[in-house]
Amino acid sequence: MNEILQLIVNGEPREVGEGTTVADLVAALGLKPQQVAVERNKEIVRRPDHAGTFLEHGDELEVVAFFGGG
Amino acid sequence: MTLLDQPLVLGSHSFDSRLFLGTGKYPTMQCMVESLEVSGTQCVTVAVRRLQLGVPEGKTLLDYLPRDKYVLLPNTAGCFDADHAVRTARLGRELGIGDLVKLEVLADPKTLLPEPLGTLEAANTLVKEGFTVLCYTSDDPVLAKRLEDVGVTSVMPAGAPIGSGQGIQNPNNIRIILERAEVPVIVDAGVGTASDVAFAFELGAEGVLLNSGVALAKEPVRMARAMKAAATAGRDAFLAGRIPKRLYASASSPTSGVIAGE
Repeated sequence: MNEILQLIVNGEPREVGEGTTVADLVAALGLKPQQVAVERNKEIVRRPDHAGTFLEHGDELEVVAFFGGG
Repeated sequence: MTLLDQPLVLGSHSFDSRLFLGTGKYPTMQCMVESLEVSGTQCVTVAVRRLQLGVPEGKTLLDYLPRDKYVLLPNTAGCFDADHAVRTARLGRELGIGDLVKLEVLADPKTLLPEPLGTLEAANTLVKEGFTVLCYTSDDPVLAKRLEDVGVTSVMPAGAPIGSGQGIQNPNNIRIILERAEVPVIVDAGVGTASDVAFAFELGAEGVLLNSGVALAKEPVRMARAMKAAATAGRDAFLAGRIPKRLYASASSPTSGVIAGE
């Protein structure tokens, strides 16, 4: 049984399978882990912890990078 | 004879150029690259933003900013309360750039003026978390001192509202901030043209941070060059020590030995 988890990623709903880690999500989004920072429920998930952090139903994630700014 | 200046030291960083440039609003990335190069800056600000998901990633901003050339200064622009700014600063640090942050907690989108209480609260939190906080603030000398008390590395008073290009509107407040500050003061925001930069340095600012003044100029690269020249001119004029202003004239040529008149 593989339950579907409902997440909010960068403000938009997204579904992933149970057992998905932060690292899996970053890869599924087509992003390079070294170029992004991830916040889960308002707490940073440090890069070394991406692979060991399992997502849970209702998690809110922010996936960010650097953009031009002053 | 060589006329040297001290480097500007901010936390563990040391800069020979006292000009800080933003990376927003340039017409093209190529224009940004050339403008930064010509300005001689060694430290550029960047924003932390959500990635657009589902859009294939092309070149990222970092591909245009060689790390051996520029220290990156993540900002918390767009944050309207302390908590939001603190979270954004943490994300900036997680992106692997280091402990520098340009803290901005803004009051509202129309004025983009600093929200003083939120700024103080966020500065306090970030200093405790080990950040090197360069703190955007209004030109209020009292708040500048309070920020210094909680341990910010630099106070960065606005010369005028962000992107307004009005230049330094209240030089007396900037002078009071400079006179009392025990940390470097960097004038941030409001720069419209080169004389604004020169004036900030002549007042005694340790640095100037600007973005729109270059990025939105008709010829950004040329304006970047002008800003560099202005920074050098203003800083040198400050170090050289200007003459006092007098009401009446004071002859530059000898007053004796003038040939006979009528």
